[in-house]
Amino acid sequence: MTSHVLLLLLFAALVSAVFAALSRDEPGAQLKTGAIMFGGFVGAAILLGWLMYPFPL
Amino acid sequence: MIAGIMASKSSAAERPRAASEPGALALVCLAAWAIPGAAHFWLGRRQKAAVFFVALLTMFVSGLLLRGRLFPFETSEPLVALAAIASAGMGLPWIVAHMVGAGGGLVTAVSYEYGNTFLIVAGLLNFLVILDAFDVAVGRK
Repeated sequence: MTSHVLLLLLFAALVSAVFAALSRDEPGAQLKTGAIMFGGFVGAAILLGWLMYPFPL
Repeated sequence: MIAGIMASKSSAAERPRAASEPGALALVCLAAWAIPGAAHFWLGRRQKAAVFFVALLTMFVSGLLLRGRLFPFETSEPLVALAAIASAGMGLPWIVAHMVGAGGGLVTAVSYEYGNTFLIVAGLLNFLVILDAFDVAVGRK
């Protein structure tokens, strides 16, 4: 698998799952925290990618 | 408010300790290092154990499949040594991967850096899981 986006999604999903399980005890809270974290990972990656789009100048 | 604080303090003090002996604590940490999620399973946190086991093993195996490298302990190369320490956090899967010759890394592979990232982060996350298992064992969580 060499798709950057798929690897990004896989990485974000796995790291979010571990952090959510570490930081919350209830399954519902874990799901919510994990979803927020996953969105943050993916959103930040897209935003940073968009900001870097003009480079190198 | 004071009653609330006292109540929370007393509930923390009364929290059951799963393993208060130093030997048992060392075993908990060793189990957590060897197999991701094993200590949580042992301490009765089955759901968390399943998440840690599946997520961390998936991450580690993905790193190997992406042609990432399990770095050697090179003291002359500090960053390589740090990467080695990080990925060694995976315990038995890391040992098994070394034994079967996996993790040689292929620098020319397009996914090489991704593989390294997956391997290193899997080990680092398992260090956090070990700390969490320790906290559970001493009754902090």
